[in-house]
Amino acid sequence: MAIQLKAGARLRSAVDACEVVVVKAPADPVDLRCGGHPFLPADAEPASETIVDGFEGGTQLGKRYSDDELGLELLCTKAGEGAISVGETILAVKGAKPLPASD
Amino acid sequence: MLLEMAAEGDPDRVVLGSHDAGITASDLLERSRRAAIYFEKSGAEVVGYFGLNEDTLPVALFGAALAGIPFAPLNYRAPDEQLRGILGRVAGGIMIADDQEVDRLNGIGATNVLTKAEFAAAIAEPVTGEHPFVDPEEIAVLLFTSGTTSEPKAAILRPRHLVSYIISSVEFLGCEPTEAQLICVPSYHIAGIAAVLSSLYAGRRIMYLPAFEAGSWVQLAADEHVTHAMVVPTMLGRILNAIEETNTELPSLRHLSYGGGRMPLELVERTLTDMPHIDLVNAYGLTETSSTIAMLTPDEHREAFASEDPVIRARLGSVGRPLPALEVEVRDIDDAPVAPGEKGEIWVRGEQVAGEYVGNNVLTDDGWFRTRDAGSFDEHGFLYVDGRLDDVIVRGAENISPGEIEEVLMLHTAVAEAAVIGIPDAEWGEAVAAVVVLHPNGEVTEVDLQVWVKERLRSTKMPGVVAFRDELPYSPTGKLLRRVLRDELSASGS
Repeated sequence: MAIQLKAGARLRSAVDACEVVVVKAPADPVDLRCGGHPFLPADAEPASETIVDGFEGGTQLGKRYSDDELGLELLCTKAGEGAISVGETILAVKGAKPLPASD
Repeated sequence: MLLEMAAEGDPDRVVLGSHDAGITASDLLERSRRAAIYFEKSGAEVVGYFGLNEDTLPVALFGAALAGIPFAPLNYRAPDEQLRGILGRVAGGIMIADDQEVDRLNGIGATNVLTKAEFAAAIAEPVTGEHPFVDPEEIAVLLFTSGTTSEPKAAILRPRHLVSYIISSVEFLGCEPTEAQLICVPSYHIAGIAAVLSSLYAGRRIMYLPAFEAGSWVQLAADEHVTHAMVVPTMLGRILNAIEETNTELPSLRHLSYGGGRMPLELVERTLTDMPHIDLVNAYGLTETSSTIAMLTPDEHREAFASEDPVIRARLGSVGRPLPALEVEVRDIDDAPVAPGEKGEIWVRGEQVAGEYVGNNVLTDDGWFRTRDAGSFDEHGFLYVDGRLDDVIVRGAENISPGEIEEVLMLHTAVAEAAVIGIPDAEWGEAVAAVVVLHPNGEVTEVDLQVWVKERLRSTKMPGVVAFRDELPYSPTGKLLRRVLRDELSASGS
């Protein structure tokens, strides 16, 4: 199920405590999932789906998950056990080199 | 959102104040929630902050953010006349102020002024419930810039700008629990706000020095095992002197960032020589860009300092390279990008760039912000900043509009014409200098005019030098040629 994302939008997982904020949104709808199930709007009722095999791995608070080709970037604001994926493809943690403190 | 994440990630970490008695992340979140509810109930349209840096500041900042109300830290050093105008623009709000400022504020038309103690009492009771995350499109912070005219502009920063800046430049809880940041830049300066956000997100404990004084800075840094600090040029020289005079060792200190104005090269070299173990970062940024847009890193400082190649060595005077999440260009007067080595105006584009004032968004249609700073890139992408195109004088980290001082000078009966310019100064980066033309029978001394300005504005705006001329240089179109005066006064050293 593809959904249209908007920068600043908040989403929650249907399988665990994971919550994300959309940092960069692709122009087209994407099939964004957590633990193999589509993400829900942040204000949706918590769902109790279980993680689909192969979509474990978890999310980490404060990490950014991205697909540069799609132009998609998410920030994890609450961690969970399921992995984030677009369709079947699991998103990698954006490995930006930390910058020295400047202010 | 940033605060909630910090409280979720490590709730018991002390984020504010001394290591033993400070406020934890979950504590700060709780206080901010109480503040948010208090602000909402008060019906305030804006939360003003008028006073020195203290632990109240982050509580008010995050409380206002949670409530979706703009936070406006005001310049408590501004003269009454200017403040009166600013207060008119934050009417309908409440103002949290230092005790000794309350009478002054009430006297110039402020309403709903609250002392820090009264504010603390108002948020003493626990509250229940959670606030939703801040709407990224609300106004988070209003900062009054000195602007190119004397009328300050209210720069708008929205949560999406500040959050973009933080998450693209700071690693979440990326620092060790022992790290502590000493903040001595005032809250009405963008660096004072950005420092709160980036320290909190990095997990670095914030220590406030309410008013800068070099001796207290060194003492606090030693007592609190401060590891990180941001200073403006004027502070650094005094800190180095104080360290030398008191023979204090600061074994914990390992990172100093500086910015806010041109740093004299001799000071950078002295720091690298005196304290070679310290990581230096030169940060260049503007209020309208949510703080830093380019930086010279510690490694780049050391490489430049050690190099005999003049091109690499010169980088010590650069602001380094743009942050990866941003685009920066130098353009000519036709807005076309120029080649490396050529001078022009610095333009910037990116998610953190707000480029907006109350009632006036100045971003181009495709998102570029013109900084009004003059500069150039070298062939390796290092950016050099020459100063404000608009001739604003940057003394220490304070922006001073020449127009305001010129007006005051012209009020003097002996003065026919006046021009105020910034001239290079080893201590302040730039010093205020005035050039005046007297009326035919006018008689006045340099000291007379210095006192005249000081009495009407404030001491930082008093010209250190007043030169007398028979006429001022103007262009054929009647524009005052400040550059000519600047060159004359800089060359003569008077």
